[in-house]
Amino acid sequence: MIAPADSLSAPLPARRGSARLPWGRYGLRATAILYLGLFLLIPVVVIARRGLAAGVGAMGHALAHPVPRAALLLTLETAAIMAAINAVMGTLVAYVLVRYRFPGRKVLNLLIDLPFSIPTLVAGLMIVVLFGPDAPLGRAFGRAGVQILYAPPAIVIALLFVTLPIVVRAVEPVLAEVDVAEEEAARTLGASDLLAFRKVVLPAISPAIVTGTLLGFARALGEFGSVVVVAGNLPKRSLTASVLVFGEIESGNTEGASAMSLVLVGISFLVLLLVSSYEKRKGARRA
Amino acid sequence: MRDPSRRRRGSVGRSLLIGAAVVYVGGLLLLPILTLVGGAFAEGIGRFGRALVRPDALHALWVTLFMVVCAVGLNAVFGTLAAYVLVRDRFPGRRALAALVDVPFALSPVIAGFVLIELFGAKGLVRPLVDALGVEVAFALPGMALATTFVSLPFVIREVMPVLEEIGVDQEQAAYTLGASPLATFRRVTLPAIRWGLLYGVTLTAARSIGEFGAVLVVSGGVAGRTETATSYVYRALEDRNDTGAYGMALVLSLASIGLLFAMDAMKRRRAPDLPAAASPRSPALREQALASPGGSVVDEQVPS
Repeated sequence: MIAPADSLSAPLPARRGSARLPWGRYGLRATAILYLGLFLLIPVVVIARRGLAAGVGAMGHALAHPVPRAALLLTLETAAIMAAINAVMGTLVAYVLVRYRFPGRKVLNLLIDLPFSIPTLVAGLMIVVLFGPDAPLGRAFGRAGVQILYAPPAIVIALLFVTLPIVVRAVEPVLAEVDVAEEEAARTLGASDLLAFRKVVLPAISPAIVTGTLLGFARALGEFGSVVVVAGNLPKRSLTASVLVFGEIESGNTEGASAMSLVLVGISFLVLLLVSSYEKRKGARRA
Repeated sequence: MRDPSRRRRGSVGRSLLIGAAVVYVGGLLLLPILTLVGGAFAEGIGRFGRALVRPDALHALWVTLFMVVCAVGLNAVFGTLAAYVLVRDRFPGRRALAALVDVPFALSPVIAGFVLIELFGAKGLVRPLVDALGVEVAFALPGMALATTFVSLPFVIREVMPVLEEIGVDQEQAAYTLGASPLATFRRVTLPAIRWGLLYGVTLTAARSIGEFGAVLVVSGGVAGRTETATSYVYRALEDRNDTGAYGMALVLSLASIGLLFAMDAMKRRRAPDLPAAASPRSPALREQALASPGGSVVDEQVPS
């Protein structure tokens, strides 16, 4: 283990600050604060200011309209379904990648990061091609009478695509730390594979699963590029909140756009806050 | 020893799990990209090539390249600086600032673009400043560059911060004690240690910048041949039912992202062994001293008081 950076690093700037280069240190600090402050604080302030200026009543009124309300519900619904699938499948994929060695494992591992590198709009386009009436898969679903494209299922698939790496990459390092011997011991004592997983592995990795799932959920609430292509964007049926915000901006209805923005930002921040307080509690328990 | 029947059951379970993972990832990620790329090649690649040499398509590619250069340049320099300050410096509000870094992950890109319009648009909050400077930001390239920089801001910081924490300050302090200037120390000690983390962060930044769509579309208005990026081009082509153009551009973007994926993979592998290697040549004596006096630093001990 390397000594924590805190105990080692704190005295260094103090010494340099007092003796040699106070301006260099303050210059660096000021630049960093300016860069982060300008880019990150201003958006939050602008949205909050907008919301406060319009008043909570007007905001509520804008959201009470059936179209925005349906959009918000659809966004939460599809993101929640995606998050549930992601929690299970992401954990499964992470488990397979960490515990098993099999031909093709490297390719699988490489593939996981694809959503990080592919434009979300292109991901949406791929889903359109895959489930389109010309593709075998699209034809099969069409014959079965299940509408995927331009309907909520396509939104869930698009969200699954863009958030797939989040849970996997959150669980992987934690799972790698769990000793295989503990699992083996549980099995030797007569536990079934499932029981051993549930009692030994799951408690260790569940914080990572929760964190990854919540982060994926927050990401999904704001997803635009892939959803706008696959959803069809029919009001009250397949129009999500971010696409609605886009439409309101395009049509010059800034009131509606900022009302929905404020709600989306509020939910996302709440989720992030939940993640960070959860991580803090988990860290405190471990220490 | 386990009995054979048990091992066989285990191996059936194993195969099932591997199968599920492969089918899930293959179906969700590989099948779509193969359908798109394979379909394009099957239809004859020349048709797409011709669709892409149109002036507006070429211009869109140039605009995207410009966005990538701006975002990568700004975020590589200021992101490294910010990571350095967040890890090494101590000041009130540092934790809050560090927490803010994730804002772009939580904010919908559409909203990010909307904020830029609210700031720089015709009735924007900083309109007087824009008029005084005479530089159009909203519906122009500067605003798009700002939007791209914003959405890709966290990557470099998030990649460099853990490496900086991991390597500690022993080597930097050693360099100072030997008389190196802060700049020389950064260039010859810190930078080599963080380079793979930084490069990985830069690659993620580039990937995100190429793929950015929502924020840029809102802030640019996506005027063909002027403020249209490659992703906005795909969107407009789809709207116009210009399928060849849309798929051609999507193909170029997909191939670029596959290239970036391999680059990311190579860098991740180099980044991992980088950590212990960078931390290994620390002097045990210095470490002991530093640990023995938690309040004071190694350097302070050597200064006679």
